[in-house]
Amino acid sequence: MALLELRNVHTYYGNIHALKGISFSVERGEIVTLIGSNGAGKSTTLRTISGLLTPRQGEVLLEGQRIDHLPPHEIVARGVLQSPEGRRIFPRLTVRENLEMGAYQRKDKEGIQQDMERVFALFPRLKERLNQKGGTLSGGEQQMLAIGRALMGRPRVLLLDEPSMGLAPVLVEQIFDIIQEINGQGTTILLVEQNARLALSIAHRGYVLETGRIVLSGTGKELANNPSVKAAYLGEHA
Amino acid sequence: MAVAALPVSTSRRAIQTTLASVFGPLGQVFVFVIGSAVVLSLVTILVAFVLRGTRTDVDLVQSALVILPQVIIDGLVRGFLFATIALGYTMVYGVLEFINFAHGEIFMVGAFAGAALSSVLASSGALNALPVPVFVVVAVIVGMTVSGLLAVGIERVAYRPLRNAPRLVPLISAIGVSLLLQDAVRLFASVSGLGFNARFQTPNFGPAIRLAEIPVSETRNIPLVLDVRALTFIIAAVLMLIALNYLVNATKLGTAIRAVAQDRPTASLMGINVNQIIALTFLIGGALGGAAGVLFGVRVGTVNPYMGFLPGIKAFTAAVLGGIGNIPGAMVGGIVLGFLEAFVASYLSLLTAGAFSGASYADIVAFAILILILIFRPSGLLGEATSQKV
Repeated sequence: MALLELRNVHTYYGNIHALKGISFSVERGEIVTLIGSNGAGKSTTLRTISGLLTPRQGEVLLEGQRIDHLPPHEIVARGVLQSPEGRRIFPRLTVRENLEMGAYQRKDKEGIQQDMERVFALFPRLKERLNQKGGTLSGGEQQMLAIGRALMGRPRVLLLDEPSMGLAPVLVEQIFDIIQEINGQGTTILLVEQNARLALSIAHRGYVLETGRIVLSGTGKELANNPSVKAAYLGEHA
Repeated sequence: MAVAALPVSTSRRAIQTTLASVFGPLGQVFVFVIGSAVVLSLVTILVAFVLRGTRTDVDLVQSALVILPQVIIDGLVRGFLFATIALGYTMVYGVLEFINFAHGEIFMVGAFAGAALSSVLASSGALNALPVPVFVVVAVIVGMTVSGLLAVGIERVAYRPLRNAPRLVPLISAIGVSLLLQDAVRLFASVSGLGFNARFQTPNFGPAIRLAEIPVSETRNIPLVLDVRALTFIIAAVLMLIALNYLVNATKLGTAIRAVAQDRPTASLMGINVNQIIALTFLIGGALGGAAGVLFGVRVGTVNPYMGFLPGIKAFTAAVLGGIGNIPGAMVGGIVLGFLEAFVASYLSLLTAGAFSGASYADIVAFAILILILIFRPSGLLGEATSQKV
């Protein structure tokens, strides 16, 4: 049974039909990426999984149990955490408070402390900024905080929405190394990216979205070598 | 020894940060208390000095100085009244960006709950047997409970179904709730026999505390007194502000309230039950309003179903003055507005030789401030334009 599965999901913004029957699955321990251009429905898919949007049709399953129609906090309780698009750090909370909010539902103080240390090991910069307000961090630091914050919830599935957005190339590579490291520690990851080349280079499998539909799927390598993917998303001529 | 010292020092640091996060904002309030009192006193005395020649019957400077301590105490009481009510407006605005115009009525219902309690106690003969502090604590707890639960109920019934409606809609709903509460309490007042102007009976607070005697002339001394009810009000308000600052700045629940205020969808992605936090905000704001109502009733001695309107609007002014949505701002705005009102109410008549009778002009000052702030500094005294990196 897949850890996370979407079956024929249709999501609307008012009358706008944003997802037109999306089906895909994420297995335990994988990095799966959704790639596609602006407006393809990548973020909408993540927002639907997290419960910020409710699908009008179709099912979202976590280990075979339906989680669509649950409110966001109950989906978090089942182990699905998201680092949202644009990072969405709480600007007037300190770095420590931001991290504590990631562990909001947990009561195990020792476990929380352990995870805090784990986040500091991954992102030493955050430890230096611990008592600084989130809004004063640089873009890269905010991205680290957003990922660290989601890790504080001990996710079974970590949803990452555009972690490369607006960052310098050096930082992007650093963040992607850390994403692989997190995956290596056993966390399943669903990664949404516009930077298709980088995403496909670390993903086990990927799906290509176009205007609310999945048009292609395959392993990271297969997609990276697919002529139409190359032409449309990797800037190469077929 | 060295091994044992480590946890001690970390826990001590934790206590220090807790104290800092609780008393930091209160320190700011304290600075504004002293600042407003000093500035307004100096201005008043200066004006009195300049106008000295216009009056031959009284010495303006001396008259001004003699009542100054009472004016400052009055300013403190008004200030803390506005501050405790303003917190309800500002906290709800923080999480929902919505002005709960029924909040003045939540204050009024708290006052009525206290009056009903005091009337029951009085008719059973227990009232005068109670020590004053016990009575005040019990009445405040009753007022807080009734108003807090009422606020939560109002949110559930009248605001939550309209969460996604255009902004004007819940605002109109709030005005409707406000009118409904006024007339429901009026009905309750007449049915229960409390009466429209219900008495808020209390045990005997005893005579005012004499602090000192101010010699005016060789034969006449004016006593400097502190009314026990005013003192009660100030102490209770300070305790509540400390508790609120602890809750909001030093607990996980408080951090969640601030997280919801800053970014509601992202807060829900952290696993925060946003509806629960919004209800909690109404509970806290309502409870503070109810406590303020009871304390106001104790001080004034009567309550009526329409008493919530003016303090409500003024506390809203205080919240805007301090920066709506900003918790220390609401406290500071309340204090500054309270002092301004107290000074205008007490000195305007004296300094203009009775041309303007001060008490009624105090309201004009309050609302002139509202208009000026909205025009020139809509973000308020402590408000800042929020910057967020995308």
